[in-house]
Order: sequence, then C-alpha cells, then structure tokens
Amino acid sequence: MKKIIVSLVFIGLSAFYVFSRSAGVTSAPIVLPAPAPKPVGSGYKDGVYTGSVADAFYGLVQVKATIANGSISDVAFLSYPNDQENSRYINSQAMPLLTQEAIAAQTAHVDIISGATETSLAFRESLGVALAAAKI
Amino acid sequence: MIMGMPIEIEIIGPTSPRLRRTSENAFEYLMKIDERFSTYKDTSEISYINKHSHILENMRMSDEMKEVFALAEKTKKETNGYFNMKRPDGNVDPSGIVKGWAIRNTAEFIHTAGYENYFVNAGGDIAMNGKNADGEEWSVGIRNPFNQSEIVKVVYPKGKGIATSGSYLRGDHIYNPHAREEKLHDIVSITVIGPDVLEADRFATAVFAMGREGIAFIERLKGFEGYMIDKKGIATMTNGFAAHTNP
Repeated sequence: MKKIIVSLVFIGLSAFYVFSRSAGVTSAPIVLPAPAPKPVGSGYKDGVYTGSVADAFYGLVQVKATIANGSISDVAFLSYPNDQENSRYINSQAMPLLTQEAIAAQTAHVDIISGATETSLAFRESLGVALAAAKI
Repeated sequence: MIMGMPIEIEIIGPTSPRLRRTSENAFEYLMKIDERFSTYKDTSEISYINKHSHILENMRMSDEMKEVFALAEKTKKETNGYFNMKRPDGNVDPSGIVKGWAIRNTAEFIHTAGYENYFVNAGGDIAMNGKNADGEEWSVGIRNPFNQSEIVKVVYPKGKGIATSGSYLRGDHIYNPHAREEKLHDIVSITVIGPDVLEADRFATAVFAMGREGIAFIERLKGFEGYMIDKKGIATMTNGFAAHTNP
C-alpha cells in the first residue's frame, strides 16, 4: 500500500516535470503537489512524451507520459531512484523542502570555531592503505 | 590533544586554585580518554582490541569501552547502518562516538564542580553552558571548508551541543559503509546542533556518510538542526536552523 502511495506521489511529481519542461520552465528538485486533473480538451496534444532525466535530489527520475483525449492516460517510469539502498531509505518518506544559500565569509568575531575534524597525516595514510587492501 | 585533535576549554570565573584545579582535572580526564581510545596509540585499549579482534566476543573490556561500544551499536541501528565504527580493514574505530561522549562528560564534570559558564571544544565538537565573559550567549563560527581561516556562519547554540563532520581537501576520513569504494565528494561539511554534544557528534558522523540525503535525515530527526555545505559551496539547512543564528 505504501509503495502505491509513493508511486502516486511520484507520478504526480513526474507529470509536472514532463509538462514544465515542455513549457520551458526550469525544474527544481523539490517535492511538488500533484497537479489537479485536467479536463478533456485542455490543450494537451495526444501522444506519448518522454521527459528528460531529472535530478530528484536523491536520484534520477525519467518518465514517459501518454496523453489521450487531452488528458494523462498513463505515466510510466523509465528511471527511478530505487537502485541503491540509501535511496530506498529516503524514498519511503517525502523529501522535505529546505532552504539553500551560497556560503559567504563572515566578518563577525566569534567565541568558538566549529570545523571539520583535523585528521593527522598518519591516520589518512593508514586508512588509504587499508582501503587499497580492501579493493577486490 | 585528544585523538589527534586540539582541545580548548574555557571556564568563566574568578581566578582561584579551585578553578585551576577544575581546568587541570578536565584536561587530565581527556588525556586518559586519549590513552584508552586513541587508535594512534599502540598501547591503548582500542589498539589492543583491534589486534585481538578475532576473539572480540569473549574479550574483557573496560566499563568505558563497553559504554562506547553500546552507544556505537545504538547509533548504527538509528542511522540504518550509516554510522559504523568497523572500518573496511576490519579494525574498529569508535572516535565518531568517543569525541562527543568525552566532551559531554568533561562538561558535566565542570558543571558539577560548580561552574555555570564554560565551553569544551575538541576538534570542532563543542559543549557549552551559560554565557561568555561579556555576559553574552556563546557564539560559534562554522569554519569555511574551503578556507580554514574563514567562517561562513555564526550560530548561538544556547547550551545545545554542536558538532561538525567533514572532509579535507587532501582526503576523506569518513566513508560510506553502504558503498565502500565510493569517495564522498559531494558534501564537504555538515554541522549538527542537538540536545547535547554526544547526540550532535554521533549523528554528524553518520549523516556525513549519507551524503546529500543526510540533511533530510536531520530534518526528520526531532530536536536536531543541520547545516550542510556541498562541494560547490552551496549550503542547505534544516527548517529550524535559522532560529539558531540569532543571539
């Protein structure tokens, strides 16, 4: 049941991708609400349309939509981000909408600095050798 | 230094033998932790365990080691295996847990000694309480992963724990347990603010291994906020993160 719900969300999403691309709209890798069903004769040409490969933030999505009588009669997945275990973990829940910004240097004085851990050369070297040995 | 990382402790209070003793004891505790848990030290308990890992099941471990191993196991389950202290070469490296755990213990010790205003910083993971010497909220700068002399964000954790996991330009020290050969290039830094520094640290380590999806994991985790920086210098933040940028 869960799978069907997830698929329906994706169908809605992907249909939007397909039609936004054909309208020249820049797509964004964000969860979008499913579009309202269009009435017959709404302006969509009957036929089969393949969407571009879209970056769904955690994998690639590509769909094929079939228009019959001016409305969507079928949407098929050509590519679905489910081939890796980490993608599958995320797919079970909707992707949240998160704010982004370009990082910029701050001039403010601060009390404490939090930065990526400094790893000694020895550790890196050791890990490098270990990883090389782990390769088949 | 603890496990190759510099330690910084600041305790606000009038100069006194008690303050000096507290500070000395705090450093001494961290040195003992290093003796036990440092994978760089041949004489450490963890090095002993790794040399005899084939008999790990029956091995007698110190209470502290047992506690850390239990935390590592718990974190592994909670992160779907993305936190995994077992390295590809079979060795065990609990430093992703030990840092936050040891800092938390040190902070508790300082608090028990009667101090309200302090911070403990080891390698960018910080526990803090109260206010700084000017009577203001402790401010923390997130280091620019592309330029070590700059900060790119200022946050005020207000007593919460903060930890940053990241990769260095010269090499990654965290790998993805689900794709061992894969180098984590996409994300260069993730900062987590959580209920305390142990919580922030254990999740920061795991979440960094998740790559880009990690920030979504933090968003769904109640009581945690995150700030992720990718290789293009674009930061993605959880919805409650901005609230921490105000003093």
